[in-house]
Amino acid sequence: MSADTTTPAKVPPPRQAPPPPPVGEKPSPGRPSAGAGTPWLLLAPCLGILALVLGYPLVRLVTLSFQKFGQSQLWGFQPAESVGFDNFTKVLGDSEFWAVVVRTVVFAAGCVIFTMVAGMLIALLLQRVSGWVKILVNIALVASWGMPIIVATTVFKWLFDADYGILNALLSRLPGVEMIGHNWFASGPQGLAVIMLLVVWGAVPFVVITLSAGLTQVPKEMEEAARLDGAGAWGVFRYVTLPILKPIIVMLTTLSVIWDMGVFPQVFVMRNGHPEAEFQLLTTYSYDRAFVVNDYAQGSAIALLTVVLLLGVVAVYMRQMLKIGDVE
Amino acid sequence: MSTVTAPRRRSRLGWNLLGLLVFVTAGFPVYWMLNTAFKPAADAIDPDPSLLPTGLTLSNFGRALDIADFWGPVGRSLIVSLAVVVIGMAVGLLAALAISRFAFRGRKIVIVGILAVQMVPLVAMIIPVFLLLNDLGQYDRLTGLIITYLTFILPFTVWTLRGFIVNIPRELEEAAMVDGCSRTSAFIRVVFPLLAPGMVATSVYGFIQAWNEYLYALMLLSQKNQTATVWLGNFTTKHGTEYAPMMAGSTMMAVPIVVLFLLVQRKMAAGLTAGAVKG
Repeated sequence: MSADTTTPAKVPPPRQAPPPPPVGEKPSPGRPSAGAGTPWLLLAPCLGILALVLGYPLVRLVTLSFQKFGQSQLWGFQPAESVGFDNFTKVLGDSEFWAVVVRTVVFAAGCVIFTMVAGMLIALLLQRVSGWVKILVNIALVASWGMPIIVATTVFKWLFDADYGILNALLSRLPGVEMIGHNWFASGPQGLAVIMLLVVWGAVPFVVITLSAGLTQVPKEMEEAARLDGAGAWGVFRYVTLPILKPIIVMLTTLSVIWDMGVFPQVFVMRNGHPEAEFQLLTTYSYDRAFVVNDYAQGSAIALLTVVLLLGVVAVYMRQMLKIGDVE
Repeated sequence: MSTVTAPRRRSRLGWNLLGLLVFVTAGFPVYWMLNTAFKPAADAIDPDPSLLPTGLTLSNFGRALDIADFWGPVGRSLIVSLAVVVIGMAVGLLAALAISRFAFRGRKIVIVGILAVQMVPLVAMIIPVFLLLNDLGQYDRLTGLIITYLTFILPFTVWTLRGFIVNIPRELEEAAMVDGCSRTSAFIRVVFPLLAPGMVATSVYGFIQAWNEYLYALMLLSQKNQTATVWLGNFTTKHGTEYAPMMAGSTMMAVPIVVLFLLVQRKMAAGLTAGAVKG
């Protein structure tokens, strides 16, 4: 039972690509194409659809954030007028917004760190356990990975229910602990910790399975050689395994940052569609402004600021992906 | 070196115990969902619940189907997910071919573009998408939802199919072309059969993603047109939550998806990471 073959069966081993040059991008090695127009013809439908469903809304997001756009503009009673940077100055001058930003960053960072560390530890552990344990763990991981987020959120809400939740019941069985009726969502930090647990629980399987695939690519001889040279378990991990896994780790971390910054249904559903002030993350905050306060323009400004916040991370990810694209 | 075996075997026990701990922790929420779904509703709200199954009953499932129409939302989810996958695969395959088999000016920009698109959080797009559909008269229509789902299915499809295509050696196509095939027929006769399993996996995975989507389904459709994920919200009313039927509903939502997922996940991990490790 190995969830770790990276090449599909029956297909001959992948073309061994030459290692990428350290600096400077090499043009991709494809052979001269039949007609220069062919690839664009193939791309046209895809780019067309993306322009419509993504390009247009993105442009609209930007223009919207510079307009006054509320209920009456939505129904067309009043034209949307441009207000310059008003929405941004209002948002950026609001101390609540900054509290939300800090909360979101801390929350996302916590999710990413726990996910990556737990994922790495479990992937390494899976290399050491017996076959049947590996099968059991894989089943549990795939089941939690495949669970729709909305189902997982619903189940966690039940686990942490104040009166009938199994967690409170189990904790209360410990001597001297009385947790029945304890409301995990009474305080923001505690409630968000529960939500973080939910996010990590759902995210770890993908990380474990991807890292396991990567670990099979670590040459055994290199580990042996390092061991013969006197490296301990940590040394082998630090100087052999980690450098080889680095591209995967960068990819996984970046994806996790993007996903965890975008956490929405988990908070939204856990708080019954009305997250309290101390549960607001950038996503729910933007949603709240737009659809609860009916200020679509300010909601857009917040959404745009969220995207900008992510751009730094994206840059790192892009470089990694470009390298991969180059190698092929 | 001969002394290594004995301690290693002994230490494996420790690792196995740790592994079992991971199994229990990761699997518990799923177990508890199933356990609650099949136990009598009265036992579900016992403040000191038993960890092992108490009695087995299917009544929670009946109650779940009673609380709100189930098959309508499931049917709508099916229509939306299938439509999204069919469109996404048809369009995505062509694009994936272009970026993985052709060298052309602007290829890099296209790759970056398709990747960058995946960076935009869906939530950030909800406001303009809502306004767009509102303007087009597509609010509360399944077609509107299908169009918007392409935002995340299409880039994903292109990128994953690309992963599967690059794993098929170009030499196979070249050999066929030396033997007299045109480029198109070389693709159809040689690459396509090898790509088929990857395409199936990508379709299934895309289907699951569309099926599981919550936010757009909630925002862009009214109560009467809700999809399966939104349907789960019906168990929480202002009078409280019916947990046992809710877990039965969750089970009905999750089990088919998890089974589908089990079938393709290994292949998907391969496609998603293709090229990430080699080189």
